[in-house]
Amino acid sequence: MIGQSLSLVGLQKRYGEMFAVRELSLDIAAGEFVSLLGPSGSGKTTVLTMVAGFDAPSAGRIVIGGRDVTRLAPNHRNIGMVFQKYALFPHLTIRQNIAFPLKMRGKSQKAATSRRVDEMLELIQLSGYAERYPNQLSGGQQQRVAVARALAFEPPVLLMDEPLGALDKKLREVMQFEIKRLQERLGVTVVYVTHDQDEALTMSDRVAIMCNGRLMQCGTPAELYRQPSSEFVADFIGRMNFIDGDCLDSKGGKTIVRLSEGSVLNLRSVGNDRDCRCAPGKALRVAIRPERIRLVRRGQGGAEAFPGVVDASVFVGSTYIVVVRLADRPEASLHVQIAADGFIPFQRNDNVDVLLDEEAVHVFPLVERCAA
Amino acid sequence: MTNFISRSRSHRLSFRRLSSYSARFYSLPTSIVLATPLIAALAIGFLYPVLKLFALSFSGGTLAYYRRIVAEPLHLAVLTGTVQVALVVTVASLLLGFPVAYLMARLSKGPATVVGACVFIPLWTSVLIRSYAWVTLLQRNGIINELLIDTGVTDGPLKLIYTQGAVILAMTHVLMPFMILPIYSALRALPADYVRAARNLGAGPLRAFVAVTLPLSLPGVFAGSVMCFVLALGFYITPALVGGPGSMLMATLIGQQTTVLLDWPFAAALSTVLLAVTLLFVLLFRRTLSLSKGLNSVY
Repeated sequence: MIGQSLSLVGLQKRYGEMFAVRELSLDIAAGEFVSLLGPSGSGKTTVLTMVAGFDAPSAGRIVIGGRDVTRLAPNHRNIGMVFQKYALFPHLTIRQNIAFPLKMRGKSQKAATSRRVDEMLELIQLSGYAERYPNQLSGGQQQRVAVARALAFEPPVLLMDEPLGALDKKLREVMQFEIKRLQERLGVTVVYVTHDQDEALTMSDRVAIMCNGRLMQCGTPAELYRQPSSEFVADFIGRMNFIDGDCLDSKGGKTIVRLSEGSVLNLRSVGNDRDCRCAPGKALRVAIRPERIRLVRRGQGGAEAFPGVVDASVFVGSTYIVVVRLADRPEASLHVQIAADGFIPFQRNDNVDVLLDEEAVHVFPLVERCAA
Repeated sequence: MTNFISRSRSHRLSFRRLSSYSARFYSLPTSIVLATPLIAALAIGFLYPVLKLFALSFSGGTLAYYRRIVAEPLHLAVLTGTVQVALVVTVASLLLGFPVAYLMARLSKGPATVVGACVFIPLWTSVLIRSYAWVTLLQRNGIINELLIDTGVTDGPLKLIYTQGAVILAMTHVLMPFMILPIYSALRALPADYVRAARNLGAGPLRAFVAVTLPLSLPGVFAGSVMCFVLALGFYITPALVGGPGSMLMATLIGQQTTVLLDWPFAAALSTVLLAVTLLFVLLFRRTLSLSKGLNSVY
């Protein structure tokens, strides 16, 4: 295990009046795989650039394995990095590329360097390619060489900046698996920047979601999916239905939300912590995942159900996606996901009762946005 | 559409080897029609005179004029002297020009424009004016000599002008933009990630430069060097103005033969030798470039 812990403490980057990253604190354990996920311009690459040492933070500290590296030159940080376009040196062979960090460290003998390069080539299954130049390799092969080069000197931390962005979907899935395998085998701490949430969710131990330079939430993929702490995260991860409503009453763990004149949502428990969000009269946004809604024929839903009208029903392979409008609030539509086997889909204009799984309902104050 | 045409036309003019690429945009007859003016101009203005000159150097059906070049030590001395001056000028332009090109490529837009203007404005100024400027600076009672005497560095005026040093100095100044521009464009085309990767992998700023930036800028260095060297070999105006009899170059010698001595066949033979030497060096440069394998993959 070569990994070391990485701590970002109050990290900040300002360009004039504009904040690229603000007050970001994150503790990453040794050997952990953490993704920075966010839309473009959210500051995730800036964080990586600062950790690598290409850009100095305006404030805050970067600590690797207990050592403060904030003011250290990039070549003294001992961090591996895989660049978005790999940045393999085009004038050097694959062997020379992988040997480059070893040569720069100048410690090991020629024979030892050569042995290490062979080891790395074997690890990435490109043993026969040592004497080729990068442009003679396919995108996936170049990607693997970039990983091998970044790991050749056994760095405690590996940074990856959208390393699979240039590959096609199929190859990307193979590479995701390979990177994960390598990471687990070597025990290196990985910080992985991506805007592809599937990639982040499948590979990471934890995902840090960023927006406008802020860390919105950091947690395991399941935590983010089940307990989003903000509307932005709820919307960003997976599919989510949102309906605006008003809080009628909130006390003793019970919350009553009015969605329309005739539809009142009686919540005994809510998916997320709502103490400060629900006060009588406050505008709210109610969120629920498509797979946590049930549809039954009108009249079979009981007192808790909302009347709805089916707008569309689409077969998408393993599931049906049914779009339902609330009967007395036609602008509010919900996507409902229903397992496809044995299910007879509702037709357009069918009258249904909509049942929300209370445990899975989240409420967010309407004002809170991913704003600066 | 305008953009489209101008792009493929510039390909045709600057890179012959891309002709098959641009043929995709134009049919063969159209291509021929478009290329005809240039080919005609080259044939009439360049190919015909060169062949004529070549024939002239063999007039009388003998190698007598070539024998005269070899037999007379002065002529050989001028030839080797010319090659020497051209080499020194090329190396000096490279050493002085590379940092400027590097600066231009690294600076942000505003300052880079200022540096660029400093490179371009001399280039747009007539060689004659620039050479006369050097005469004004270097002459016996010129600015530099006056300064040296006033500050008490020397007692009397130094002989600065009409020396080989003056020729090299002035030629380096005149030819430097031809070195700077290709290097600049090579450096500009270099993604910043290469240097970042080198730094990340443990190279200090200097080692990153030597191991990555420098080798990857070599195509630009070679292009600039060939351009400078070839231009320097045949340079006429500047050496004629700031150089003396002791620092005669091939072009001056050829000029003398045609305008003063009116010995056209001998001038033709000298020109042919100069052309051959030039081509030889260009081939040598190209050979060296192709030896540094993998560089071709950069572009």
